[in-house]
Amino acid sequence: MSQYLLVALLFSAVRLATPLLLAALGGLFSERSGVINIALEGLMLAGAFTAAIATHYSHSPWVGLLAAVLAGMGVALIHGVACIRYRADQVVSGTAINILFLGVPALLSGALFESTGATPQIPRGELLPLAPIVLAFALVPATWWVLNRTPFGLRLRAVGENPEAADTAGIDVARLRYAGVLLSGALAAIGGAYLSIGQASLFTRNMTAGRGFIALAALIFGKWRPVQTMLACLLFGFAEALSIQMQGVSQIPVQFIQIIPYVLTIVVLAGFIGHSRAPRALGVPYQKKR
Amino acid sequence: MKALRELLFPLAAVVAAFLVGAVLVALVGDSPLRTYELLIGSALTWPDGIGYTLFYATPLIFTGLAVAVAFRCGLLNIGAEGQLIIAAFATAWTGIAFAGWPAWLLIPLCFLAAALSGAAWGAIPGVLKARFGAHEVITTIMMNFIAAALASYFTQYHFKKPGDAILETVPIGEGAHVARLGRFLPGFPERIPLNLAFPLALLVCFLVYLFLWRTRWGYEIRATGASPAAAEYGGISTGRQIVLAMALSGGLAGMVAVNEVLGYRYRYYDGFSAGYGFTGIAVALLGRNHPAGVILASLLFGALLRGGLFVDIFTENVSKDLVQVLQAIIILFVAAEAVFRGPFRSPFARLSKKPV
Amino acid sequence: MLELRDITKRFGDVLANDRVSLTVAPGTIHAIVGENGAGKSTAMRIAYGFYRADAGEVVVDGAPRDLQSPHDAIALGIGMVHQHFMLVETMTVAENIVLGVEPGGPLALDLRAAGARVRALSESFGLQIDPEARVETLSVGQQQRVELLKALYREARLLILDEPTAVLAPQAVADLFRILRGMRAQGKTIVIVTHKLSEVLEISDEVTVMRDGRVVGHRRTAETSAAELARLMVGRDVLLRVVKPEAHPGGPVLRVRDLSLRGADGRRRLDGVSFAVRAGEIVGVAGVEGNGQAELIETLAGLSDRRAVTGAIELGGEDVTPLTARRRRERGIAHVPEDRQRRGLLLDFDLAENAILGVDERPPVAVGPWRSWLDRKAIRKRAQTIVAAFDVRPPDLDLPARSLSGGNQQKLILGRELEPPPRLLLVAQPTRGVDIGGIEFIHRRLVELRDSGCAILLVSSELEEVTALSDRLLILRQGRIVGEVDPARASTEEIGLLMTGGEAAA
Repeated sequence: MSQYLLVALLFSAVRLATPLLLAALGGLFSERSGVINIALEGLMLAGAFTAAIATHYSHSPWVGLLAAVLAGMGVALIHGVACIRYRADQVVSGTAINILFLGVPALLSGALFESTGATPQIPRGELLPLAPIVLAFALVPATWWVLNRTPFGLRLRAVGENPEAADTAGIDVARLRYAGVLLSGALAAIGGAYLSIGQASLFTRNMTAGRGFIALAALIFGKWRPVQTMLACLLFGFAEALSIQMQGVSQIPVQFIQIIPYVLTIVVLAGFIGHSRAPRALGVPYQKKR
Repeated sequence: MKALRELLFPLAAVVAAFLVGAVLVALVGDSPLRTYELLIGSALTWPDGIGYTLFYATPLIFTGLAVAVAFRCGLLNIGAEGQLIIAAFATAWTGIAFAGWPAWLLIPLCFLAAALSGAAWGAIPGVLKARFGAHEVITTIMMNFIAAALASYFTQYHFKKPGDAILETVPIGEGAHVARLGRFLPGFPERIPLNLAFPLALLVCFLVYLFLWRTRWGYEIRATGASPAAAEYGGISTGRQIVLAMALSGGLAGMVAVNEVLGYRYRYYDGFSAGYGFTGIAVALLGRNHPAGVILASLLFGALLRGGLFVDIFTENVSKDLVQVLQAIIILFVAAEAVFRGPFRSPFARLSKKPV
Repeated sequence: MLELRDITKRFGDVLANDRVSLTVAPGTIHAIVGENGAGKSTAMRIAYGFYRADAGEVVVDGAPRDLQSPHDAIALGIGMVHQHFMLVETMTVAENIVLGVEPGGPLALDLRAAGARVRALSESFGLQIDPEARVETLSVGQQQRVELLKALYREARLLILDEPTAVLAPQAVADLFRILRGMRAQGKTIVIVTHKLSEVLEISDEVTVMRDGRVVGHRRTAETSAAELARLMVGRDVLLRVVKPEAHPGGPVLRVRDLSLRGADGRRRLDGVSFAVRAGEIVGVAGVEGNGQAELIETLAGLSDRRAVTGAIELGGEDVTPLTARRRRERGIAHVPEDRQRRGLLLDFDLAENAILGVDERPPVAVGPWRSWLDRKAIRKRAQTIVAAFDVRPPDLDLPARSLSGGNQQKLILGRELEPPPRLLLVAQPTRGVDIGGIEFIHRRLVELRDSGCAILLVSSELEEVTALSDRLLILRQGRIVGEVDPARASTEEIGLLMTGGEAAA
């Protein structure tokens, strides 16, 4: 393979890893606080759709990005209220949000643009520059610092490991979990926005195509730690870049490359390579007794 | 009385979801009343409305049962979608490979292929959980994608109908076709794809009920779901029950293939499932993980799927995607209901109660 | 320093605290004693702001306070060490201690300052704790000291300790008491919640006795005696009398040889245990909680990870070591588990379905091909028999087991395990959380069962209970049998000495 091709492939891997990394870091904040977030897919869709619409009307990708963040946080709030306030099953609530955002963008784009789930094309000049890539990778050390070197991170981890202990130390468990979930909404939405107004130039129906789940896979593969999660995202991004590059060229069917992240996640979960330990209170609702 | 109480909350959730949906419809500029009239009304006409409603309800009964059985064992099977994809492909493959066989042999063989392939695909996360402690929610999600990729690979590279733009296999043998109900019901046109899979689904519901509440296997699955520690104490091998429940769940999901492949499309077609596996989660939750509830919930969602088409056509702005939105809101409401029911049960509640 | 005035607290139907009033004087060690379920912990959790009282006042330093959360209590200088430690095991000691009151700014946690202060505190109170250590690597005694440090770090002047000795080895108890006396000398006030009278007499200056959610007495420790406190605690003559004829043991039913169990952390939970239980005798196992009693029962029942077990278990001459829990049940081993809510019952299942747990694959319950069909009539008949014979109330087979009281849940379990009559009964903590009437009933049944020729292995953390019921008493310490005594002859001191490792403890 020529050097030029290799560089192109690596750059493409980084580009493709970016939305995964943003969503996975979002998921990290939610899950380290003890709230399972399989709604990353729905949150990304919400971000992608909102960004496309807001950019279409405002002609500014930055307004689009901001709108996406707000939308992501709004949707994450639904998940948060269901899981934290109403102690709903976190997986079920996440599934509901994923289904919701297969429907809502289609419903709204049908009403706004008389299309079946797509938004109008955005001119090239109004697309996001490479900023999200820089942001995503800068967020990795930042996340590490927040988690390990700030009071907020310490409390967040405590709430995800042993909420009752945190509670007796005078920490508001619910508030920290809301913070974790809202952060996940914001970051996943940026990841989604990068898809619709960065890599592409419009929103199309179900355009994340499972990237939220790959991000979740990366988070598990990365053992809920920022740096390892980034490496997992790069690996999965590389697999995707490879499968695009090899389409029609190679003998290996693309499907086999596409399933790499999923197979790896299962292998890791089953403990065949290393051991991935989830935060101890992940998925367990906490209720104070008063 | 007890049954009435059980129905109350699901009904409230449905009503609440429709209210939220009405707000959305009004927001996009249509009349909620007219939309719901179309949605419900068009599902109740004879024979087309009812026929299609039952046809759409059929796969949902299977996937709803699949999710419910796993849930009774304390497992959340998000993988019904993957299980039914694998089963549909395996069923189609059987129908293609043995196309020359007579119907009385080929149909049972295809049934077996549907149930067993689904069961095998479902058993994998069961084994991973029982043996290695891998969480079934994540593994089943991942297996969904793997299933879709595998089926698409085999369709594309080995069984593709030549010269066809969409990804589908060649048709299955005539002998594998499951008869449409129009053939038996006078006045019910055969163009409606409602087929023998529907009565089969009802029968399977009854069998699942018997299995869960009248056999010791069912008892042991439910005991494992209610309290793994107590089940172990009672001599029940919880690992085996987990694998059994997941295999059963996968097998039930796999039977969707009877309706979709043998009774309707007569081929495997990439992306044929309209998210039946995920809707199954809504069906099971709304149906309280009970076979009778699953039937009722499937009928509701079947009606919505049917009515959605008319909403699409006859309203200004609302599309059939409203149905998906309603479904998601119903799941959210039902999921959050724990708070309205009985004493709160979490490990923490028990922990803090002990040293009173 | 701390005063509770007419505190009332209800959990559902249970009145946990009924007009509780008590006063803790500054600079003293104040004991609160009572049986399990007397409401001691509830009262203290209210004083710590963890629960809110339905009625009554918490007075700190002379002023009534509205404690919304532990945060408020901490601000007033109150600290609490819970029975179940409130520590995040994956984090370090320092991280645990500063949690909620972190030094440094919001963007940078000053872990160095935290470590230095923790080290200083640890030294001034003689706690010997390394702030960098990960909590999960510490022993139970050390974890308790981390809890103490947590309170001290928050400048607590009043420390509440909930059952601090329940989980400690005897040496650790002595260490703890030394530390507590040191704290008192430095002006701290200490409340210790316990149900062990010897500890009350040893450590406290004053004592408040609780029973059934009420305060039934207050004494200066120097002016009271164990007998008086015990009478107050139980509200009647304390000596548990078990009417028990002479035992006539037959041949050995259970024979255990060199049984060892390795824990998940690699430490030995059981270490070379050998003993026998004969037909028609009750063999008791005494020990400080956490010394292998629970593991012994679970291992014999077949519930421990079999790969971690070595040695041999024989039932009536047959080696049952490789058998599963189900196969052991089939051979006549019955088991009344320690944790009845988690292990013993399916709380959401009705009484009828609970009555077949453990026998669901046997006739007459299971019939038909592969015994796969459950016979509903047989199930109800079985449940009916158990409920009637063991006086389970209310006798409604359709009620979920959750709705029964602790005593009735236990009677249901005992009834189920004795039908059909077992050859060997393993029973752990048979009367924990059971009312007095229930206790007598259960004790009577156990003796009757013994006299019908069943072999019984009994574990109880109530020394009084094991000595009263057992014909022979084994003492387990750190997973090893360190002695066997005749419970009718041996003195409490003698048994206590064996349990605690003798002179080494002092």
